[in-house]
Amino acid sequence: MHRFANPARFLRIARVLTPLLTLVGVAVTAVGLWIGLFASPPDYQQGESVRIMYVHVPAAWLASGGYFGVALASAVSLVWRHPLASIAARAIAPVGALFTAICLVTGSLWGKPTWGTYWVWDARLTSMLVLLFLYLGYLALANAEDERGGGSGGDPGQAKGAAILALVGVVNLPIIKFSVEWWHTLHQGPSITLTKSTIDPAMLLPLLLSLGGFTLIFGGVVLMRMRAALARTRSAARGRRLAEAYA
Amino acid sequence: MTARPGFKRLRPKHQRLVLLVAALTVLGGASALALSTIGDTATYFYAPSDVLARAPEAGRAIRLGGLVERGSVVHAGALTRFRVTDNAHEVAVTYTGIVPDLFREGQGVITEGRFTAGGAFVADTVLAKHDEKYMPPEVAGSLHKVGRVG
Repeated sequence: MHRFANPARFLRIARVLTPLLTLVGVAVTAVGLWIGLFASPPDYQQGESVRIMYVHVPAAWLASGGYFGVALASAVSLVWRHPLASIAARAIAPVGALFTAICLVTGSLWGKPTWGTYWVWDARLTSMLVLLFLYLGYLALANAEDERGGGSGGDPGQAKGAAILALVGVVNLPIIKFSVEWWHTLHQGPSITLTKSTIDPAMLLPLLLSLGGFTLIFGGVVLMRMRAALARTRSAARGRRLAEAYA
Repeated sequence: MTARPGFKRLRPKHQRLVLLVAALTVLGGASALALSTIGDTATYFYAPSDVLARAPEAGRAIRLGGLVERGSVVHAGALTRFRVTDNAHEVAVTYTGIVPDLFREGQGVITEGRFTAGGAFVADTVLAKHDEKYMPPEVAGSLHKVGRVG
């Protein structure tokens, strides 16, 4: 029973955090996007199309950050076999995949007016597309394992494939990050580093707000999905007990 | 688990931790080796210095990228002539068609095309590359005045 002690504590904390993260996230995102779309200046080169940045950059950050979360949770589930870890990995993956798709679509729409093309096979764009395929592969494998009875519901020791795939895919994260520095690419280099930013403060403020807001929403949605997965596991267990009692 | 007795004496979760760290180390090393081999072939375009150092054969499609040299752009109907520079070497380019909005002197550009037997570069496609700087027009204007940009 001690294995379920932690999920119970998690559920108590998650019940409070889920609405908190989601509501604060929606509020911060709304302020960030309002400033970004209406109250911030256009760019000296790109004009108004720079406003796509306020959705594109948060989506790109959550795409990579989400994958890192899937990989970290997969590592914990492989080594410590903690049931919450594989539930977390499966809860993060579809949300990260969605933001990867948003990043690719907004980037493509941004590319046409600025670069003159929707798509090129440069290292940054290609590695981001590979990230989407990694997410989709992970989801397909995790669902197949869950249907076979391993994974989040059953014995996590039975379902290692998805977790191992997630860990192998981590190789792609530094490739995405450094692609614009290692190779000549159409995509420009990083604007924000730990020490400096080449984005004007009037544009950096709404960008950071929407970055923070989207991240909070991401956290809220992941907690929602984890609570739903735990509830499904519980109701399935109750169903099995009832079936045994009446057998 | 046929490893050393020391490994077998570890608790199962510590054995898994050691295996995971070892696997990730091997994976990282293999990736680093693979990436160092990919090297230049993953590059999206060549700079003028690259093509002058190792001239591609005439007629082979390549991408040439760099900055549009200041004062080099000449429009003649649908034909645009300009020079691509990496501040060390430059290559003269001709292109027939509509250039992107961001195409301007001093800005980044990537052209797709081929060298003719005469050594001129004829582009089929011109893409504008922009840098990592974002600022409002009035800030860019005042920077131009004090000479920090361009």
